[in-house]
Amino acid sequence: MKSIKNILTIFTLSICVLVNAQQTPAPIQKEIVTIHGATAHIGNGSIIENSIITFENGKLVAVADAKTSKIALRGNIIDATGKHVYPGFIAPNTTLGLVEIDAVRQTRDQDEIGDMIPNVRSLIAYNAESKVTESLRPNGVLLAQITPRGGTISGTSSIVQLDAWNWEDAAVKVDDGIMLHWPSTYKRGRWWLGEPRGYHPNEKYTDKVNEIKDFIANSNAYGKSTPAKTNEAFKAMQGLFSGEQKIYVYANGEKEIIDAVSILKEKGIEHIVIVGGYDAYKVSDFLKSNKISVLIQRVHTMPNNDDEDYDLTYKLANLLVNDGVLVALQSSGQMEGMNTRNLPFYAGQLVGQGMDKEMALQLITNNPAKILGLDNQYGTLEVGKSATLFISEGDALDMRTNILTRAFIDGRDISLESHQTELWIRYSDKYSEEE
Amino acid sequence: MKKITLLCFLLLSINQIVAQEHFPKNTELKTENNNYTAFTNATLYITPTEIVKNGTLLIQNGKIIGVGKSVSIPENTIIIDLEGKYIYPSFIDPYSGFGVAIPKKAKREQSPQYETKRNGFYWNDHIMPQNNAIDKFKYESKKADELRKAGFGAVNSHIMDGISRGTGVLIALNDQGNNADRILNDTSGQFFSFKKSVASRQSYPTSLMGSIALLKQLHYDADWYAKGNSETKDLSLEAFLSNKNLSSFFEAGDKGNDIRADKIGDLFNHNYIIIGGGDEYESIESIKATNAQYIIPINFPKAIDVSNPYATKHLTIEEMRAWNQAPMNPKVLAENDINFALTTYKLEKVSQFNDKILKAIKYGFDKTKALEALTTIPAEMLGQSDKLGTLNTGSYANFLITSGELFTKETLIYENWVQGNKNVINSKDQKDIRGTYTFSTAGKTYDLIISGKPSKLKSEVKIDSIKYPSKIVYKENWLALSFTDKESNEVYRSTSNISKEGKNISGKIVLPNGLKSSFVAISKTPSETKEKESKDKNTKEALEVVPMSYPNVGYGFMELPKPEKILFKNANVWTGEEDGVLAETDVLINNGRIEKIGKDLNSGNAQIIDATGKHLTAGIVDEHSHIAILAGNEAGQHSSAEVTIEDVLDPEDIDLYRNLAGGVTTIQLLHGSANPIGGQSAIIKPRWGSDAEGLLYKDAPKFIKFALGENVKQSNWQSFSRFPQTRMGVEQLYVNYFTRAQEYEQEKKSGKAYRYDEEMEVLAEILNGERFITCHSYVQSEINMLMKVAERFDFRINTFTHILEGYKVADKMKEHGVGGSTFSDWWAYKYEVNDAIPYNAAIMSNAGVTVAINSDDAEMSRRLNQEAAKSVKYGGMTEEEAWKMVTINPAKLLHLDGDIGSIKEGKSADVVLWSDHPLSIYAKAEKTLIEGAVYFDIEKDKLKREAIKQERNKLVQMMLLAKEGGEKTRTLVKKDKIKMTCETIN
Repeated sequence: MKSIKNILTIFTLSICVLVNAQQTPAPIQKEIVTIHGATAHIGNGSIIENSIITFENGKLVAVADAKTSKIALRGNIIDATGKHVYPGFIAPNTTLGLVEIDAVRQTRDQDEIGDMIPNVRSLIAYNAESKVTESLRPNGVLLAQITPRGGTISGTSSIVQLDAWNWEDAAVKVDDGIMLHWPSTYKRGRWWLGEPRGYHPNEKYTDKVNEIKDFIANSNAYGKSTPAKTNEAFKAMQGLFSGEQKIYVYANGEKEIIDAVSILKEKGIEHIVIVGGYDAYKVSDFLKSNKISVLIQRVHTMPNNDDEDYDLTYKLANLLVNDGVLVALQSSGQMEGMNTRNLPFYAGQLVGQGMDKEMALQLITNNPAKILGLDNQYGTLEVGKSATLFISEGDALDMRTNILTRAFIDGRDISLESHQTELWIRYSDKYSEEE
Repeated sequence: MKKITLLCFLLLSINQIVAQEHFPKNTELKTENNNYTAFTNATLYITPTEIVKNGTLLIQNGKIIGVGKSVSIPENTIIIDLEGKYIYPSFIDPYSGFGVAIPKKAKREQSPQYETKRNGFYWNDHIMPQNNAIDKFKYESKKADELRKAGFGAVNSHIMDGISRGTGVLIALNDQGNNADRILNDTSGQFFSFKKSVASRQSYPTSLMGSIALLKQLHYDADWYAKGNSETKDLSLEAFLSNKNLSSFFEAGDKGNDIRADKIGDLFNHNYIIIGGGDEYESIESIKATNAQYIIPINFPKAIDVSNPYATKHLTIEEMRAWNQAPMNPKVLAENDINFALTTYKLEKVSQFNDKILKAIKYGFDKTKALEALTTIPAEMLGQSDKLGTLNTGSYANFLITSGELFTKETLIYENWVQGNKNVINSKDQKDIRGTYTFSTAGKTYDLIISGKPSKLKSEVKIDSIKYPSKIVYKENWLALSFTDKESNEVYRSTSNISKEGKNISGKIVLPNGLKSSFVAISKTPSETKEKESKDKNTKEALEVVPMSYPNVGYGFMELPKPEKILFKNANVWTGEEDGVLAETDVLINNGRIEKIGKDLNSGNAQIIDATGKHLTAGIVDEHSHIAILAGNEAGQHSSAEVTIEDVLDPEDIDLYRNLAGGVTTIQLLHGSANPIGGQSAIIKPRWGSDAEGLLYKDAPKFIKFALGENVKQSNWQSFSRFPQTRMGVEQLYVNYFTRAQEYEQEKKSGKAYRYDEEMEVLAEILNGERFITCHSYVQSEINMLMKVAERFDFRINTFTHILEGYKVADKMKEHGVGGSTFSDWWAYKYEVNDAIPYNAAIMSNAGVTVAINSDDAEMSRRLNQEAAKSVKYGGMTEEEAWKMVTINPAKLLHLDGDIGSIKEGKSADVVLWSDHPLSIYAKAEKTLIEGAVYFDIEKDKLKREAIKQERNKLVQMMLLAKEGGEKTRTLVKKDKIKMTCETIN
């Protein structure tokens, strides 16, 4: 036993040592920057082929077509002719910074004990110096919603930008939403515990729904008076009733989605977002009429049923978009932290399924900004918004051409290096020297 | 109704037990009953095909003495006239656990148990040939009664536990006698299965492929032991050897396992009698080719409750078809001349047996074949044809007396005689009084309806539509009927002795005031009930069998694809050769090969596909995958070189089709990474629609999976008892095994007697350069180590798979001559991938290592083109080099580059037509060809989707109707498919 303990200690220490190899966050923007000549992908569906983009003090002050408007090139001028400029991609619903290494328990902080714990906050556990975080930036992912997991009400999420000294610096929107896992009408038999294999009807579905109803009703009642004794959990729910916070509901089936939306609305919660939404396309009219947006499940996954179209998961978003539902992409699932850097390629996959490129781009820029309530600052290249953007050699939705040369968060000129690029250089050098 | 003359003197059973001759009697005087019993005027099914009308069956002392038209009846004979009735031999159930308890489940322990806990027996606890069912046998009267009611007179039982289960016992279902009479054979056969014993928790085997390997090794070891080579005693092997000549029964359990069991048998010249699964109709050709005898359960799947429309999304066509098609299994087997018996095994209740048989008959199962499957065939399997299964002279007096021909709904079994002892199932002497009557009493006229089973009648007493509660008891020709007048709440009771003559019922009725008066119920209709008619009607309507496909699941082919002559016109051809990408070029496919590449090729009679603006490439080769297999890991030992993935292919896995839709045409299915020396791999082509054998890449080189790091030292789960627990131990394990393999080879070559060891044979193949290693690897130290071990034993590692730190030792890899098959960008999922970088492929490639990008994942494998494209981003690889990483490079690593991996004249026509640049995220595979046959076509896929929609709807409707028609349904359960990766242990 002692030896195991020792091993664990050494293990933990070694992780600490490795984490030190972090990129230094960029300082605040001091000089005006102008990028010209690039094809600007605004993020709202439109493009400017020969653009001039200027930002100052972290804000966009000009986004214009060089052909039609004469704007002076000011400050630090970057010639991006033949290149592309995009708003920074936004990754909703990820455990980035909460989990460093999936298989190592010591590095997992996404799931707290307890079934309804909205007062548990992801932000304070967010590791701004995660090696996974820095590996996202070279692919254009610059903002993320950090979400706790597990239980029924997992806790409260926050939105961060991905180049920071610490979680306070990182925070873009604190405690933006509460994560609710709606029960499923079918439940997986835990065969490894001797239960029959397969998904069986969940006998406790209604009970669980009632528990959620009770909890929300109690939270609501709690907020209507000044209670003598504090209930942190109820207190943490108040933003939902005031409309300041959103509820993110993990639900996949038609019944589950309809139940969740109907019940939450009835309980006085205004902003509801469906997360997962595998069958959402089957109830798109309902979602549209209730103005419910969807963070659709990871594009690169398998269909649930053998009889379904092989490419169903590749086009779930398309089906919803075609029906007029507001959709954004997300990456939760296996190895999600590291896979979040593939967000642009998930959008690219939708184009292969027939979606317009600029529309697909919106699903990782403007749409998540709207859904997460960031659209006054982020998500598009529009004057007045944050200068959170990047320059790519080519089409950023295709992996061959998603090659970033520069990236800015709030106008700060951030590093595109990482522990991975460092190793790449180190070993490339080793072999070239050997030659 | 014909007049029935009954000469029945004895209502009680005639005890015809053969007295145990050598037993003295002290409690009474010893006597013997040597009288005969003759059954006359019956239709005799002496055998299923030898039928005698108006024949006589003569029995004495539990045996048949005479049968036929002209049987001379001795004077001391009791004669039973069976005019209008039928006699059949009683059924035999050849596969049962009757009277033999299954052992208790062993308790779970903290750490896995790797070694045996027994003394003097075989090294694996799940091998128990020394077990004899007779030692545990306890006659179960209640179960015997159930079986007799279904028509059975004998069952073959054994201990239903373990892989090698020992001997069985054949029992007559004779309640009157004792074991001395009942036990017909106490070593009725040897029994096997693929399932481990519940009585031991010894880890090995954890998988189906492990069970197969273990059974093979058991045979090898027995052979070695028989030759006197062992210096120690092994009671298991001794028992196995001494029972060698008995019939061997193998519980396989489904069509795939039927073939797996048969293959083991073939290896050792052993004809197993295979216990199937009821799905044999789906691959009847392969089943037929086994030439084996079968025992087939008839537990046809229940209809699924589809009343909740939201839940039907969880259903698959595969499951719905099984409900619709499986009852035709016996018919299909019979029509293909497969010798098979039927069993009650797997039925929820034995009482369902007759309904299931009727269902099979309705699906076209021939009645004569059915009778054979229940009598002569099982008798023959058990080597008891002279004693069981017919009415021939000398057989046990095991027979059924029925009201008519068997296997019709109306026919009743009256009596089931076992060893000359009568067992009444339905009284044959009792008149059938089912029907509608009318009677008057106390000034009111009532209607009386008698229905239900003859053995359990139901009554209904009513005036117009008002029903009065009533009770009916009908026994030994006495009818007792009582009912309650609802208005007055008074009870009327009647008793009547049913006369043989006439249709009316007459007797006495006791009025509520205690007075008696006469009771006459006048018959209104013949004894056919409406209920029955309507039920028959319902079932007739339901009999529509949907067509099968290859494989018999969604997206299956109605007709298997065949090689075509195709000319792709004006494509951008990615040759993967020196020619690079050829614009606007034609490629002619013929006879499964790439016949010609060039401009403006003559089409001849080829089908022309306009590929203008599209891209034609070689099919993708996935060096590392785990789709379409039933088991991924044999984790029960630290070396499992003896197991092979080829044994556990699942040709019905939808992932095969989905891989085709991603342009994949060759796949190496690897063993997992649970142990340093894993199992042999299977190289396949995803020929959707073929059987397991048909998936295999013909004459492919042999490979085996090795593994290093966290998984083999079991550091990510609770297991602290298996060597190795560190990377240091891993090296020593290899050294130990390879040294032993060398010594094994020397021993073998020396000509001395040696113990054939499948594991050592496989390892020796590696040493001899006949088998290649693909090794799961992550960190540089262990990668370096394995290369050094190999060099020490004078061979080379072929491929490092995963190889995420390959970039740190790329120069050493190049020098050793090993290739790398890696992920494009995976990392952060475990500690040992901390330094995994997406630039790995590019760095290794630059260093001159042959690099492939693999999937190890069913989802990623269908878009490996995109994964290859990531190396353009990470490391700046050229597009052509990137593309090679999923085609010609993995083909090289598999030593198949002479045949596949590039577009070159003469190579296999494994090609993909892409809608766009194949490395583009926007590209879709439009056509995927394997050896010139179109296995995926995006246009045909659309048609399949539509067909699936329609068939699903149709089957759901059929199930709804079936439910309405009274069919029992089961709750809808969604399949839990396990997505396999290296780490999956199941």
